[in-house]
Amino acid sequence: MSKLLTRRGLLKSGAVGGAGLALPTIFTASSASAFTNEPTGGTVTLGFNVPQSGPYADEGADELRAYELAVEHLNGEGDGGMLNTFSSKALGGNGIMGKKVAYVTGDTQTKSDAARASAKSMIEKDGAIMITGGSSSGVAVAVQGLCQEAGVIFMAGLTHSNDTTGKDKKANGFRHFFNAYMSAAALAPVLEKLYGSDRAAYHLTADYTWGWTQQESIQAATEAIGWRTVNNVLTPLAATDFSSYIAPVLNSGADVLVLNHYGGNMVNSLTNAVQFGLREKQVNGKNFEIVVPLYSELMAKGAGQNIKGIVGSQNWDWKLGDEGTAAFVKSFGTKYGFPPSQAAQTCYAQTMLYADAVERAGSFNPCAVGEALAGFEFDGLGNGKTLYRADDHQCFKDVLVVKGAEDPQDEFHLVEIVEVTPVAQVTYDPEHPMFAGGALGECNPGA
Amino acid sequence: MLGIKGKDLTLLCVVAVLALCAPFILNPFPQSSAMAQFNAGYPDLMQRFVIFGIFAVGFNILFGLTGYLSFGHAAFLGVGSYSAVWMFKLLSMNVIPAIILSVIVAGLFALVIGFVSLRRSGIYFSILTLAFAQMSFNLAYSVLTPITNGETGLQLSLDDPRIFGTSVSDTGGIPVTSLFGMEMRETSTLSLGDWSFQFSNGYYLCAVLLLVSFYISIRIFRSPFGLMLRAVKSNQTRLNYTGLNTRPYTLAAFVISGMYAGLAGGLLASMDPLAGAERMQWTASGEVVLMTILGGAGTLIGPVLGAGFIKYFENIFSKINDNVLHQWFGGLPEGLENAVVWFTEHFVGSGWNLTLGLLFMLVVTFLPGGLVEGGTRIGRLIRGKSKRAEKKAAQSKPAE
Repeated sequence: MSKLLTRRGLLKSGAVGGAGLALPTIFTASSASAFTNEPTGGTVTLGFNVPQSGPYADEGADELRAYELAVEHLNGEGDGGMLNTFSSKALGGNGIMGKKVAYVTGDTQTKSDAARASAKSMIEKDGAIMITGGSSSGVAVAVQGLCQEAGVIFMAGLTHSNDTTGKDKKANGFRHFFNAYMSAAALAPVLEKLYGSDRAAYHLTADYTWGWTQQESIQAATEAIGWRTVNNVLTPLAATDFSSYIAPVLNSGADVLVLNHYGGNMVNSLTNAVQFGLREKQVNGKNFEIVVPLYSELMAKGAGQNIKGIVGSQNWDWKLGDEGTAAFVKSFGTKYGFPPSQAAQTCYAQTMLYADAVERAGSFNPCAVGEALAGFEFDGLGNGKTLYRADDHQCFKDVLVVKGAEDPQDEFHLVEIVEVTPVAQVTYDPEHPMFAGGALGECNPGA
Repeated sequence: MLGIKGKDLTLLCVVAVLALCAPFILNPFPQSSAMAQFNAGYPDLMQRFVIFGIFAVGFNILFGLTGYLSFGHAAFLGVGSYSAVWMFKLLSMNVIPAIILSVIVAGLFALVIGFVSLRRSGIYFSILTLAFAQMSFNLAYSVLTPITNGETGLQLSLDDPRIFGTSVSDTGGIPVTSLFGMEMRETSTLSLGDWSFQFSNGYYLCAVLLLVSFYISIRIFRSPFGLMLRAVKSNQTRLNYTGLNTRPYTLAAFVISGMYAGLAGGLLASMDPLAGAERMQWTASGEVVLMTILGGAGTLIGPVLGAGFIKYFENIFSKINDNVLHQWFGGLPEGLENAVVWFTEHFVGSGWNLTLGLLFMLVVTFLPGGLVEGGTRIGRLIRGKSKRAEKKAAQSKPAE
């Protein structure tokens, strides 16, 4: 029966069988790693997903500067910045866990679709282990959801909506920036002091998740001090001319205009409001006032003269006196020639916090990193004592109430600090109605 | 086979091979090489190639055959996405009902818009469709916020009913889209040396649907119905004078192409369960026009090529930042390096649109038939040369 068992036949079937056995192992080669994009070489890749076009492009550019600086400091280049003042000393300037930090960038275009596509390509193509950045809450919520599904950590950049760590919170997502509720809680007492408790407010609100929660928060806080809310008008995020929204304010009987706008939106709406002479107007025997709940130096710069005397809140300001801020402003200023914005600070802090959590956890596994971040207390990153609350992955720290400077000495002093609201005053219960309805779920390491 | 033969069958086979082997074809460079930047073989981008391929194939049935230039096709894409996401919210995470509903809803939507718009032709038709699309965009963006969630985009949440599925997955998260339990996002990786090829379930579902759509499009092109549509394109007035009512034909073409767009929208949502109003914006409608013209309007394969071309630029070129450029030109002297980087910067990264615009201009000027014409010209050049060479060889053979 030599026909059945020839040497050639045996070799052939052996080779086929061998290949067949080997095939599954080839296919499973990558799923042998414990989590998505486990870094195996000498580098670790972070994904910086920021708006490079659209209404928040200025913020995006500043965020990117901060990220580049953070990477420099993590890799032991430059002067080390806030690494020297950070209360945790796990980072040594030799990358993260000895791996050199590399990064990829992408453009969110301030559109959920584009942001998700960009984040996906970072995860699928470039092997990013962590995604960070963004300057819009709509985008932050969308990308946070994606990161949860893909099994990577999301360190939110500038996102101020209650929903990011409220009803849309995710186990893999973390936010250092403050939120709309905190802004309102910090602003209300100052508004009462400045403008009294008998006021009628008219709201113009950016029509997306941030605007909605911002408006809801500020309305609740101002009504608690006795103000009335006359009207709330939603404006499209893509709008550039707000004259048609400002005109009705004049005859509404309101004596305060609250602009729940941010970035380019706010610059345009404020300019329109001033052009309509709202600030010189007298209503109900009182001076007409404008309030901008969320403020930034970049917006003040854009709005120019119009910003004078207008009250709002900030997460951080480069003029704060603590040593973390001083170190950061110094290294940022040396590199770029001007002071950083609050968007830059929060992004820088987020990168440091992530790197530090990896070091402390001793692993890049998102679940280990998440555990290291949850409930973490730290200091020296510019905001004073801060807690990363485990219940909702939101940072709790002091909030600044600020005002447009009446007589700025140069273009970097457009905003002056009115009050530093202590953290206790802006802390809320994780089950507060404005934040209820979501669940962190379980952390997802992917793979 | 399948009722098509000859060249069409070859074309379908070529598309099938290209689509099924895309993970290999689009990943030609080893991962550690500097050229890996230009690899496009990752699931998200491959899905986009195929989905926008379907979108463009559908658009071509209207524009390529009847010559009616619709500037509002993104509205159907958006409607498809919204219906699909609603199915995921209400019914289950299975993609089949979502895709079916998105095709049906987009078809109905196209019927309404087409019924009104097709009363005019030429530029008036284009403007009407543009107006309808812009209206839909505004409705989705601000008026119908309870249905579309406005700017934030329609997303899944933990408290969605999902009556035939589960609201919350076993691990406490939002369940993922699947085809009867086969998860769309699941990807297996084949590592061969320095290459790693990713095979995603979602991509293959899209690829199969592309093949089906492409096949249907071939059948339409070759059918008497397709011939009638071509007649509309060449001279509608004459056709009317012969006593034929052309409107049912154009309306049918409009609805079919709307359904293709709905399918594309449904697939987009199935791969990534999120629908944003910007999908309906006029720039998105313009993009599909560009894809079709760039690839070659009225040809079968052209729109697919055009879609791939534009999506490649959008996703690969936009990611080349000045950091990467400095790496490329690092060998040059300092001053020259900065000058070259400064110059190139405007054409990559966020300036990718500029490069695309230049290429589009060149293609339309020198290759009015799009990339397909470029391909035929090259083919003819090679064949012509070889024929001439043959002739020469034949002539130079000495008579014996």
